[in-house]
Amino acid sequence: MWVAPPLKGGSNKIMGSDALIYSVLIYGLVNGAVIMLTSLGFSLTFGLSGVANLAHGGIYLLSGCLAWILLNTLGLPFLPAAVITMVLAGLLGAGVYWLVLQRVRGLALSEMIVTFTIGIGILEFLRWAGFVTYDFNLPVIIKGSLTIAGVIVDYQRLLVIGVGVLIAVLLWFFSHHTKIGLALRGMAQDEYTALSVGIDSDWAAALSMALGHMIVAMAAIMILPLGLISINVGYDVLTMVLAVTILGGLESTAGLTLASLILGYATAATGMYLNPQWTQVVYLAAIVLVLALRPSGLLGKFKELEERV
Amino acid sequence: MNEAGYRRERLDRGIKVRTDDIFALSSYREILYLTLPRLAAIAALLVFPLLKGVTGIYWQNVVLTACTIALLALSWDLLHSVGLVSLGQAIFFGAGAYATGFFSQHFGWPPLVTIPLATAVGAIFCTVLLYPVLRLRGIYFALITFAMPLLLTRVIEATKILGGNVGMSGLPPLSDTPLDLYLIITVMLICVFGFRRLFDTDYGLVLKAIRENDRSVMAAGFDLQWYRTQAVFIAAIPGAFAGAFLTHYYQFAGLPAFSIEYSILPLASAIVGGPGSFSGVALGAFMLVPLSEALRSFGNLRVVIYSIVVVVFIVILPEGVFNYLQRKYYQIERLVPMEEGGNGQRANIAGS
Repeated sequence: MWVAPPLKGGSNKIMGSDALIYSVLIYGLVNGAVIMLTSLGFSLTFGLSGVANLAHGGIYLLSGCLAWILLNTLGLPFLPAAVITMVLAGLLGAGVYWLVLQRVRGLALSEMIVTFTIGIGILEFLRWAGFVTYDFNLPVIIKGSLTIAGVIVDYQRLLVIGVGVLIAVLLWFFSHHTKIGLALRGMAQDEYTALSVGIDSDWAAALSMALGHMIVAMAAIMILPLGLISINVGYDVLTMVLAVTILGGLESTAGLTLASLILGYATAATGMYLNPQWTQVVYLAAIVLVLALRPSGLLGKFKELEERV
Repeated sequence: MNEAGYRRERLDRGIKVRTDDIFALSSYREILYLTLPRLAAIAALLVFPLLKGVTGIYWQNVVLTACTIALLALSWDLLHSVGLVSLGQAIFFGAGAYATGFFSQHFGWPPLVTIPLATAVGAIFCTVLLYPVLRLRGIYFALITFAMPLLLTRVIEATKILGGNVGMSGLPPLSDTPLDLYLIITVMLICVFGFRRLFDTDYGLVLKAIRENDRSVMAAGFDLQWYRTQAVFIAAIPGAFAGAFLTHYYQFAGLPAFSIEYSILPLASAIVGGPGSFSGVALGAFMLVPLSEALRSFGNLRVVIYSIVVVVFIVILPEGVFNYLQRKYYQIERLVPMEEGGNGQRANIAGS
């Protein structure tokens, strides 16, 4: 997904090269934060329970539409609407696990097919329901902008950076220093051993799905105000998440951050110097290069042996 | 029926046991039992194009589309049998479609040349594109195949090559409907029975073993990546052919060739028909495509319906329609009284 800064590729003749470099630096960071926030949910669910939740893009967009309905149709204020959206997304995650995934648990291929079709189902349903016009956009949380080194950045983008960093730190703390987080990670590392020390597998997986969905919903509420709600966003989110996970290596928070930053700067640079349309090609190039040169990702070590067979 | 104190038992039918061994065929009844299902299906497919006057051109088109989807589903099933799940069959379809479009628009070659050429070129293109991923297993292959059609769409949009957003239209048509139909029906039948035969050979055993236990295949001294590459190439052939064929049929190659429908419909056909049985996968396509035609007025909601069908089948009937019917055809089911202290017995039977 490309979160367009206020200048396009064609306008670089007007601007000085200094300003262009500054805007690449700043918008690269913004894009990096957007990418990280979007892929955290996927990474969390996969890292904690091994479920590759390919419904990610669908849930992302569904949360956006849900928030829109709560705000505009029901007229709720922003904060309750956001909280309700997140809770509903979390419940949906747990519900999908209990109703469907639990029955194919352990069959990695079936799990993937099921989550994939659920995601496509949601996206195409939203397309059918008509959430594709210009009427659907979420309000920004804080209006206004400030100028850094000659580049205009609005507060919402800064907020995305802040929230992204905060969530990443919180998640790292949760999964490394709380009992529940450790239990979930134990489950991901060795299910049988985890079972034998009394960790309930289904409960852990449902929880990780719910958590992943809540983070996705939050990302949607934070990021979607920057652009429009459109169906392609849902598909682009998956491509983005895919590029991040392959670049950073699965289940590695540091790798995720690093990959998000690299991709953020790469997309910002291509968007400024070439054309925003080329950003998707950046993801493709990143995926192919990493797979050819370093298949376990930049920092991926944990699943290296198993995945490389 | 009250099932308390009874257990369900499945037994092979006598005639199935007798016909299992080809040397034991001793009566027309046994020969028919063995061959009738497949011969009936083949005969129905071969007679159908002749009935144009009865069925009308519309249903001829539906069967043609079903054959195309069946080819894509067969390609999916072949990959699935090697342990690779493809979530983007559209990549094979699109590669074939664009290759044939390119050849006929730039060089003006007739369809008889471009279709085989595009099948080969498209298959090689897909194999090269997917080659880096084959070093990994697990979800990577699926994720990449999912992303590839989307990314290729963006690349074509951004670079405006091969017609860009507009596509290439006015391509030369195929000959005549019955012949077209015969061509694709023949290719599909060759794929169904050829793939079945392939998986019975020693080579096919290696492919199957990759799915069951890839490390033991490595330990046996087979080059895993090379075998996977071959599997992707073999699977890409019917997919690219389907794309090339339909392109000439519609006389148009464009971005719709990468649309999500060509990914999810083969997947749904395979899941409904029964993954792992090539005939079942084709059957799935012949069940879903007419359904899809009937639902044409629903527009995008059709994709939602396929999704629901897939999820329901994976949860309720994971073996698929074909395997279910085959079981009914081969086996009888009956209730037998359980012996005393039946718990252990029951566990044994369930486990065996």
